[in-house]
Amino acid sequence: MTYSIIAEGLVKRFGDTVALDGIDLAVRTGSVLGLLGPNGAGKTTAVRILATLVHPDGGRAAVCGHDVVSHAHQVRQLTGLTGQYASADNTLTGFENLTLIGRLTGQSRPDAKARARELLAGFRLTDAGDRAVKTYSGGMRRRLDLAASLVNRPRVLYLDEPTTGLDPLSRNEMWDVVRGLTAAGVTVLLTTQYLEEADQLADEIVVIDHGTVIATGTPEELKARAGALTLGVRPALAEDLPAVLAAVAGFTRSDPEVRATTVTIPVSGEDVMPAVVRRLEDAGIRVAELNLRGSTLDEVFLSLTGHRAEEAGTAELEGSAA
Amino acid sequence: MTTVNPVMDSTDSEYTDGAEDAGAGALAETGALALALAPRVGPVEGTWQTFSLAWRTLVQIRHNPVELIDFSIQPVMFLLLFTYVFGGAIGGSPHAYLIFALPGIIVQNSLFTTLNTATGLSTDLKEGFFDRLRSLPIARFAPLAGRILADIAKQAWAAAMLLAIGAILGFRFGAGAGRPLGALAAFGLVLVCTLAISWALVLVSMLAANPEKVQIFGFVVLFPLTFTSDAFVRTASMPGWLQAWSKANPVSILSDAMRGLLVSGPAARPVAESLLYAAAFTLVFAPLAVRAFKRRA
Repeated sequence: MTYSIIAEGLVKRFGDTVALDGIDLAVRTGSVLGLLGPNGAGKTTAVRILATLVHPDGGRAAVCGHDVVSHAHQVRQLTGLTGQYASADNTLTGFENLTLIGRLTGQSRPDAKARARELLAGFRLTDAGDRAVKTYSGGMRRRLDLAASLVNRPRVLYLDEPTTGLDPLSRNEMWDVVRGLTAAGVTVLLTTQYLEEADQLADEIVVIDHGTVIATGTPEELKARAGALTLGVRPALAEDLPAVLAAVAGFTRSDPEVRATTVTIPVSGEDVMPAVVRRLEDAGIRVAELNLRGSTLDEVFLSLTGHRAEEAGTAELEGSAA
Repeated sequence: MTTVNPVMDSTDSEYTDGAEDAGAGALAETGALALALAPRVGPVEGTWQTFSLAWRTLVQIRHNPVELIDFSIQPVMFLLLFTYVFGGAIGGSPHAYLIFALPGIIVQNSLFTTLNTATGLSTDLKEGFFDRLRSLPIARFAPLAGRILADIAKQAWAAAMLLAIGAILGFRFGAGAGRPLGALAAFGLVLVCTLAISWALVLVSMLAANPEKVQIFGFVVLFPLTFTSDAFVRTASMPGWLQAWSKANPVSILSDAMRGLLVSGPAARPVAESLLYAAAFTLVFAPLAVRAFKRRA
């Protein structure tokens, strides 16, 4: 088995803030690794180290066997970066952006133009190719950013939150593009805040929080561990709450949570629903609301770590770290 | 963690011996052609990359013609306003003042153009374009050098235009032998000196949080620096302490040198002093700017 990306004990500090506190990663060649975590968890810092933009303070990392610090130039020839912080020149057209990168990476003028046209067509941007990037919609911009990272035909691609802020349609489009790339043998490291995205795309997921790895596994393993779905039960009468808690207790390994008068528990599959309904009926509890939905990252975190993902406040840290 | 640990064991050897082999192996397994990776960027490639990035800055003008106005019309407007509004009052007649002020206006314009270098760099940093560039296998100096080269080209254009329009308005190049060379030397001198000053502005752009702050800094420093020199007026009417400062002000020295080369008067001494200033600026600010650039970008 070959690994395209290997990181061992990566540490990065920004002043007093520890962005990464010893992260290990291994990405099989041709696979997709999903790096899942809330804002400020250290996802972007990890990607920036692997893309040679930032030196780690400790640990080491290699891409296709080339150390990201001592052989950064080789790593740059093998990798492409698309993310929140790597973007196109707003004032140039999409075509000019792509040709510029082609020229910079040593393509001849005709080659660079041909490659730019090919990528614009592949990302359905041909019509917008001669317009300045600042006129693009959010989805078009992301597609162009991704195209820009592919000009040099990378073997390894970093996608740093590729769909954050996109509408569901554009998000699905991006997912299809990523699937196409992996089908072509590109190794992908994807960071995301969305459990669903990691589930859709990744062969393996690494969950990080506060700069450390808190869980690793295939999407199926993680969902089984964390509970992919969340069941909510709101009894008609508030005094039935203890009875509800007792009724659902057997369906999950982690503790049920009570918010207002609703009990929520992480569950592993849809088949739990009828059993819960029977149990509630047997206990004679009148239910005002019963629902089953996909777990949010927050809920996965809660069941993996016992604490909530701290979304607010830490977001700025990662921003300034960049 | 269960999957990570075995991985580390099986690949540790790839780390320690023959990093290149591990890379080639990884590629071969995905069915890709084995890529020949360059160990570093050659100086010739780096130079071409600099030109490509300079092109990128200049081609923006095509999409944003307002920028063309910014660096063509604005200096001409300055020239006309100074000549015809202040000229009579300051220099006795617009024509006499034009001959005095044109060299100073060229200096002032070049100095203010360095602000474009700084705000441009700051914008690239803020909007993530620099991260895109730095993730590419290109020379580390190319993004910085490309921007500076493009702005030098803009300055050359503006200085040439000021000289041409000045000539139409009646500016007479000094009489005597070697004067065409004098104009050429003046042209070269102003570019060399503003290149030196732009290192300080590069440093500012790397330290400032955003382009707006760069702009503010530029105005707070560059405006007083320019106006407390003899670029626009003779210093005789200034208070003594200001005259003393004005004599040492590099803008004065460069303006004197330009006058010496373009019109008449002593040229050798101010030219030599200007070049000394340029060397000092480069020696102090270029290393600081490059260091800050490496750290921030």
